[in-house]
Amino acid sequence: MSFKHKDYAGWGRALRASGAVARPDRASALAALPAAPAFGMRRSYGDAALNHGGRAIDMSGLDRFLAFDAGTGILELEAGVRIGDVAAAFAPRGFLPAVMPGTGFATIGGCIAQDVHGKNHHHAGSFGAHLAEITLWQGGNLVTVLPGTALFRATVGGLGQTGTILRAKLRLAPCTGTVMLVTERRARDWEQHLSLLDSATATHAVGWIDATATGAQIGRGIVEEGELARGLVTQRPKAAKVPLDAPQFALSAPVVRAFNAAYYARVPAAGRTVLRPLADFFFPLDRILDWNRLYGKHGFHQFQCVVPLQAAGALRKMLERIATSGLASPLAVLKRMGPGRAGYLSFPMEGYTLAVDFPNRAAARDLIRVLEEDTTDAGGRLYFAKDALAEGARIAAMYPELDAWRQEVAKADPARAYETDLVRRLKLRSP
Amino acid sequence: MQSWIILGAGSEMARPFLRRLAGTGAVLFLAGRNLAELETLAQDLRLRGAAAAEVLAFDARDSANYPALVARLAACEGVLNAASFVGSMPDQTAIDADPGLIAGVIADNFTGPATFLSLLAPVLEARGTGVVVGVGSVAGDRGRIGNYVYGAAKAGFATYLSGLRNRLGRRGVHVMTVKPGPVETRMTAGMKLPFMTTPEAVAEDILTGLEKRRNVIYTAKIWGLVMRVIRAIPEPLFKKLSL
Repeated sequence: MSFKHKDYAGWGRALRASGAVARPDRASALAALPAAPAFGMRRSYGDAALNHGGRAIDMSGLDRFLAFDAGTGILELEAGVRIGDVAAAFAPRGFLPAVMPGTGFATIGGCIAQDVHGKNHHHAGSFGAHLAEITLWQGGNLVTVLPGTALFRATVGGLGQTGTILRAKLRLAPCTGTVMLVTERRARDWEQHLSLLDSATATHAVGWIDATATGAQIGRGIVEEGELARGLVTQRPKAAKVPLDAPQFALSAPVVRAFNAAYYARVPAAGRTVLRPLADFFFPLDRILDWNRLYGKHGFHQFQCVVPLQAAGALRKMLERIATSGLASPLAVLKRMGPGRAGYLSFPMEGYTLAVDFPNRAAARDLIRVLEEDTTDAGGRLYFAKDALAEGARIAAMYPELDAWRQEVAKADPARAYETDLVRRLKLRSP
Repeated sequence: MQSWIILGAGSEMARPFLRRLAGTGAVLFLAGRNLAELETLAQDLRLRGAAAAEVLAFDARDSANYPALVARLAACEGVLNAASFVGSMPDQTAIDADPGLIAGVIADNFTGPATFLSLLAPVLEARGTGVVVGVGSVAGDRGRIGNYVYGAAKAGFATYLSGLRNRLGRRGVHVMTVKPGPVETRMTAGMKLPFMTTPEAVAEDILTGLEKRRNVIYTAKIWGLVMRVIRAIPEPLFKKLSL
């Protein structure tokens, strides 16, 4: 097993790297490799998975389920398993991962390293809250990491800096149904959108936001609430695939405005309740493979921030900036988060999170920088899984436990063997 | 109940195919050399829905235990199916330097799996049902300067499968030959090759091919067309090309 030269990119395809990549397909093959940063399916948008000019280890071949205890619901698996595969294999047996991000292609290692959240964050907390154990491969040793320890808090959401995440024990949640009962309601403006999210009682709740609507319609969108249910729905059709990089006009302002208007009108004014396959609800974009190519060869950026509840007004001002810029894509999401976070560098805080995609153009990059400033002023923070443009000084203010994380990481990896492009760009390991 | 014996079960190409079978609740026999690794994979497949998964030792270069393997399979009830993913592809330059390597390449890609399948054939004939999937390669369609010993072994296996299809087809057992182009695995890591496909796509194509009772499939599909062109090149011209 050896390293091969490879050009690779984050999911946004705006940041790229070139370097030696190895793809072990068994733990013994990993053990034979020198320490290097690990990545999974590279679903982080920016440079969290990149190590330009250095080595990297592709963990997607280490993808086996190792053991399952139906009594406790604890599943032990390798870090390269995709979270959607866990859902597909265990839902029929009455279990689901307690927290799933918006794509089923994310690996368990990635879910841990970014401490991801799902549409149920307000109830279930982040991914790390459902881990019973992590096994790290740390400079030639297997290290068992248990919840409650400083190393655990440094590893969960820790961007792979404490060692290679090799295996984990995941506490699955009972899955009481095989389909999702989804209620969709129109939110005609920002105030109604927030109040629908605030009053949502369902296990899963998320808002799609029309980031092109301005004036009285600003913040309009569709609030989606989901509960597991029993029922029969037609089989999910085979995924479509974007075969090549789309031209620039594909997501130009008039196209996006027209699409968003149609998408909004799709839900009747009185709302509706429908049954959906689980995968369609949890991983809606996975139905289109390689959808990131819709943004063309220059790629795109996703801006995602969370601000405290009392800063909702500041978030509205940010949305105004976005809506009047004419740069937003149809992919924009608003969600109310709970306080649950499991690591020193975990993203979530109690408040509202907004995520918007932008094509990778100079005007969009400038806008994102302004939005980052707004986020800082609002007492919010940016998400490492999405960020590609921020600077270190800004990040330090957003993550109050950064020092505690640095101490643990310095102990775990004194040789700095696991540093990635993101860690260097944001100067996470050194002030 | 569907049972499958998979030769070369530890190969990267076999893994997604095995998982698809596990999802249907099949009984799986994983045959290969690295028994510890296969046991980990067997556990993975049980957790993914396989009714049972059992590890069997199989070495394409040593047929001593084949009769015992066949006896084990004959004891298994229901529909018995077989698939061979075994193979090896040393660098052609290494073979040119040491022709002693040829015997191993022929055993891994042809005589090993063929010997096993011939021993299994009477069991399948007696049952009058089931399928056999043999994984060859587009490399077997023409002798190219870059890997003609590997190609020769795969060509031999393809011809063997053709005959086996002829024989078993009369008794209700369907034999399908699979000819993959380059697939992203360790074997091809770092190589820049045209029309690459993935083990997941190969698994999908095999299952679709079986559904349609196809005799020979190329995967990715485009290779069927490419190889038709390459086979049509007259030998006097072909011998001057370095494809």
